[in-house]
Amino acid sequence: MPTKNYADAMLDVLRTAMEEDPSFVVMGNEVLGIGPEGAQFEPFQREYSERIYFPPCSEASFAALAAGAAMCGQRVFAHLGLAPFTYPAFSSIANEIASARTSSGGRLDVPVIMHMSHGLLHGGGGQHSETPMGMYWNLPGIEIVMPSGAREVKGLLRTAIRSDNPTLVVTHAFGYGATDDVPDEDYEIPFGVADLRREGNDVTLVACSAMVGVALEAAEQLAADGVGAEVIDLRTLVPLDEAAILASVAKTGHLVVVDEGRLRCGVASEIAATVSERGFDSLRAPIARVARLDVPVSASAIHEAHISPSAEKIVAAAKGAVGAGAPAASGG
Amino acid sequence: MAERWDKADRTRLLERMLTIRRFEEAVDRLFHEQAFFAHYHLYIGQEATGVAVMEALGPDDRLATHHRNHGHVIARGSDPSLALAEILGRDTGLNHGCAGTLHMSDPDLGFISTSAIVGGSISLATGAGFALKQADGDAVAVGLFGDGALEEGVSFESLNMAALYSLPVVYVCENNSPGALGSAGGGFPTSVSAVKDLTDIPRTFGIPVETVDGRRFDEVHELAARAVDHCRRREGPYFIHAVTDRWAGSQPLWPEMTTGETEIARAYDEAAIEGEHADWFRDHDPVLIYARELLASGDLSRDELAELDARVTARIAEASEFALAGSPPAPESVNDYVFA
Repeated sequence: MPTKNYADAMLDVLRTAMEEDPSFVVMGNEVLGIGPEGAQFEPFQREYSERIYFPPCSEASFAALAAGAAMCGQRVFAHLGLAPFTYPAFSSIANEIASARTSSGGRLDVPVIMHMSHGLLHGGGGQHSETPMGMYWNLPGIEIVMPSGAREVKGLLRTAIRSDNPTLVVTHAFGYGATDDVPDEDYEIPFGVADLRREGNDVTLVACSAMVGVALEAAEQLAADGVGAEVIDLRTLVPLDEAAILASVAKTGHLVVVDEGRLRCGVASEIAATVSERGFDSLRAPIARVARLDVPVSASAIHEAHISPSAEKIVAAAKGAVGAGAPAASGG
Repeated sequence: MAERWDKADRTRLLERMLTIRRFEEAVDRLFHEQAFFAHYHLYIGQEATGVAVMEALGPDDRLATHHRNHGHVIARGSDPSLALAEILGRDTGLNHGCAGTLHMSDPDLGFISTSAIVGGSISLATGAGFALKQADGDAVAVGLFGDGALEEGVSFESLNMAALYSLPVVYVCENNSPGALGSAGGGFPTSVSAVKDLTDIPRTFGIPVETVDGRRFDEVHELAARAVDHCRRREGPYFIHAVTDRWAGSQPLWPEMTTGETEIARAYDEAAIEGEHADWFRDHDPVLIYARELLASGDLSRDELAELDARVTARIAEASEFALAGSPPAPESVNDYVFA
């Protein structure tokens, strides 16, 4: 199977969409980021120059433009840039996109595709390192897609482009260069189906996006210490595969939720609350959340490391959950 | 352009304006009878603009309206019964009660989402224009909004993009701020802008713009037809600035029928015009202005006018009955509309 990075995976899908839908449009600046992978856009740009738009610095307007076009049946892939750049577009996303179908009484579909990059942009400071998925998850009406690697980027973006709903596809700002074995052929990964990335009997680690890789690293370290960690990649937050989480917690009895977003009202909090409500009987210890500290991001590398989840923090939380470093009796 | 209308056309156009008027009077009445509770915005005083713009459009054109949408929806030809049921939050309404007065839309007639966020309709209509330009054909997009929308940043961004990409969007700014009290005067908000002539805003982006008297059907229609034609020829966006005096009933934050329900005899009987709003009936009421034109041209007799009014009044009474008879939506039905 060929090795591809995120950027290749995205281009595979965008190319297929361009070929199958003559009205498909890509709109955005630095669609593949500002790192070396950005250059991969160039041949695609040359090939489809008439349907690639480099909009003004007007995120609010071009998010709404993409939505208005979608309401008329045209699919626009709107790359809004880094997650913090979507804040000026928040009204368009929350007011014009998320609620439009309900406001129409189900008479109007809004098949818009929005893409943003999230996560620590090292040295980016307070305005370039956001992971606001908790905030967006609080807006019902948008499908939220969080690929963990290049294979997921390709399959999930494909599904997003075919969806009749608004989709928010969120890749990691430092992921464009990350490689994976990715098939050349066209394929879809269904929304709402989590991926069990590693099996284990002692503790469940739930994560999405780049934190899946960090959780897998933590699981390796835990295994060395005799703790069997199960790792679940959520793949989409909306729809959420609650059943997969609950089934795993029923097996392990312990849960650590890992998320790069902030702790309060974040993804980790929502997963923890869901399991508290629906899986309480399975729990043999309190749920642990490993998420970004509730502070703005500082540009200092020391601060960045301090506020962010890491394999070490996950290991510590998992050991705490299963009890002072000793694994709980499995199967019980 | 006015000569293209024959008697049947002009009667139909007056009927539509009067339908909006009677519809809005019913909305106000039903609110005061507590048949619904929501902050609502009436289109009284702007009927000529809405009917003229819709008359200039074709069936494939797309529209984005806003919080003051009732007149646009009726002018485009939606069933007043379904529209009134929507305002009353009934399952039988245009949008199953989910839109209410603020978000009413009729997608079958070309309406996209109705945004009640100031400036929203400008941004969405720009997207509709983007899609229509990509598509074959010569359909155009129309964005309807008030003067306050030109205070929002997204409006400036959207006009910039429409100009950059030469999008077929007719922007219709219905400026009803002249004569308004505004927030400082204890009334409904009014234009608060350092730009004294709002047409300077589209002009900055190189978008052709004209101001028109929003009370006068023929004038608005002539401009709207030219603007639509400009967009059909794919010559870029066009901006219409239609100015009307603020109707007294829309001065307070919650509308009040301060001018009373329209006596159609005011179109020909000077004695029927009296009181503090006499100037409005005489000079600013677009429905009466158009009715007078039809009486003067001989297109309509007084009897025919009375008959037309009776027919419209009966139609709206029927719409009220239909709306009131409708059931509210089932509570769980709200889950049905979130996702396709």
